[in-house]
Amino acid sequence: MQGNGTTPLVEMRNISIAFGGIKAVDGVSVDLRPGEVVGLLGHNGAGKSTLIKILSGAYKPDAGEIYVNGERADIDTPRDAKGYGIETIYQTLALADNIDAAGNIFLGREVLTTYGTLDDATMEAETRKVMARLNPHFRRFKEPVKALSGGQRQSVAIARAIYFNARVLIMDEPTAALGPAETQQVADLVLQLKKEGIGIFLISHDIHDVFGLADRVSVMKNGKLVGSANVQDVTQDEVLGMIILGKCPPGAVPGPGAS
Amino acid sequence: MTVPAATTAPPQSTASGSLLSRLEIDVRMLGMVAALAVIWVLFDLLSGGLFLTPRNLWNLSVQTASIAVMATGMVLVIVTRNIDLSVGAILGVVAMIIGVVQVQLLPSWLGFNHWLTAPIAVLVAVTVGGLIGLFQGWLIAYLAIPSFIVTLGGLLVWRGAAWWVTTGQTIAPMDANFKALGGGIEGALGATTTWIIAAVACGLIVVALGFSRRRRVRFGFPVRPAWAEAAIALVACGAVLGAAAIANSYPLPVRTARRWAEANGIPWPEGGLFIPHGVALPVLVAILVGLVMTFLARRMRFGRYVFAIGGNPEAAELSGINTRWTLMKVFGLMGFLCGISACISTARLNAATNAAGTLDELYVIASAVIGGTSLAGGIGTIAGAMLGALVMQSLQSGMVLLGVDAPLQNIVVGAVLVLAVWVDGLYRRRIK
Repeated sequence: MQGNGTTPLVEMRNISIAFGGIKAVDGVSVDLRPGEVVGLLGHNGAGKSTLIKILSGAYKPDAGEIYVNGERADIDTPRDAKGYGIETIYQTLALADNIDAAGNIFLGREVLTTYGTLDDATMEAETRKVMARLNPHFRRFKEPVKALSGGQRQSVAIARAIYFNARVLIMDEPTAALGPAETQQVADLVLQLKKEGIGIFLISHDIHDVFGLADRVSVMKNGKLVGSANVQDVTQDEVLGMIILGKCPPGAVPGPGAS
Repeated sequence: MTVPAATTAPPQSTASGSLLSRLEIDVRMLGMVAALAVIWVLFDLLSGGLFLTPRNLWNLSVQTASIAVMATGMVLVIVTRNIDLSVGAILGVVAMIIGVVQVQLLPSWLGFNHWLTAPIAVLVAVTVGGLIGLFQGWLIAYLAIPSFIVTLGGLLVWRGAAWWVTTGQTIAPMDANFKALGGGIEGALGATTTWIIAAVACGLIVVALGFSRRRRVRFGFPVRPAWAEAAIALVACGAVLGAAAIANSYPLPVRTARRWAEANGIPWPEGGLFIPHGVALPVLVAILVGLVMTFLARRMRFGRYVFAIGGNPEAAELSGINTRWTLMKVFGLMGFLCGISACISTARLNAATNAAGTLDELYVIASAVIGGTSLAGGIGTIAGAMLGALVMQSLQSGMVLLGVDAPLQNIVVGAVLVLAVWVDGLYRRRIK
């Protein structure tokens, strides 16, 4: 595996969680280094999103540990995760539709005036800055995000994740709702963030997407880790075999889910 | 790279849309004011000029106060996708408790009509109301019992508790100072005070508009044209001064005026004395509650969270908002406001009865909904709900003036509620 010398930004060890007797995630270990993009692959229901929601604080694991920079991290709530610099772009975007872009970007982390009231002007100004970088055509700062197009909503969700100096970024199907041009924009952004030393978990069921951007892939099936591999060491067909059959090729490190 | 200049405003669909949006006027609110105006003029014509008199408008304002106060809290409850069916019953039990406190408990320690009695009674009211609300909020937020069920249970429990306080006995009369909270002659603030309040309000409006404009200019955001800003200030101040003028043109009844003159050593002139009522204390309380609640909803983190929870509960949770505690606070606030309304209606009636507030929950919910609060959550304004309360009360008091039978009044109010929500739905679908 590459970069064995550096401490992982994030390491999830033997994570398990069950919902009503069904093991959605079963003893999965993954890690992520600075400036690295790790693709998490698997069918719908393989447990990718659940695993990632444990890292972002939305779920509490039944077993397993999370390490951030080599130190044990207690992540019980989304707030804890953000405290460790772990930001998430959810598949559903998780935007409050009735609130404008600035309100969504700063939701839960509002800028306050000295009197303790919302500093909307500062938040709007900061929003204009970050959106100018992500989506220069964005104008609709005063409207609830419900009125925005899919791509615009996506850029608001991305802006929320990168504005607060994330060190780990989780992107759950970031291009599922986007057209080709917008998908390219997201790809460019991933490469740019990577250069800044941010570690990225990229979750997708589209392996072309992942092969273009990721340094490594980890494949899940039925809640278990099939294996992990550097993208140079495996072919797309071999990864497809991992996803569909759970068969671990010679170029990959097998996990407990390999058949 | 050629990017179109980022400062040009996006083109608007229609000319009128662009004008209204440039003024940043809430079209919905404008529609409600127009509907209210139509109702008022209609009743005035039908009643032969009895509706639009200072006397009727003054009474209308006092009658609206109690429901309007509770409606401001109901907006936040409904915005979070919940409902509170227990507000009338909470009002009832709080009314009985403060009745006992000021008529049976406090006089034995402080003596009758002590100046501390009224403040203590109010404090007890908002504390008891707030605690009941927090308790219900805890059941809803932390035990995940649907608010409909918790507050339906609350409706029965607190109404029963109201009876239990004195086993059904009515308590009267209230403390002399406390009665001012109900309006009436004790609660009329008089002409001078009213003009002072109106002047201060106008000053604040101008300062607030100027302040927010300066802030936007400093950040380089688009601002309204200066003439529009001036027009808004003028209309707002005009409305405040107009309301003050109306309140000040309703004189005290002759006998009360004569008593007042005697008490102040003023000789009674031939033609009688014109002593204006001025704004009523409960109305002032309701307006202050409306302002504070609007501030809370729009300018504070709490309000932002309330709306975020209503817009997308999951997103709010994932943003790290403590949604349960926020929800519990919303219900606590609702209970607190029920406490204020209990004071107003008890003082107005000059008696605490265990039937106080019966059916108020329905009027409060109707006010919020007529005022544009969406039962789907996430949408609603405090001012709209207060206006909704005024619309409901106008209908009722107008029909009383026309001598409409009580059952028909209910039919009309019910029909108007359904109609208002239908029209609002049409409007929302069109702007989308």
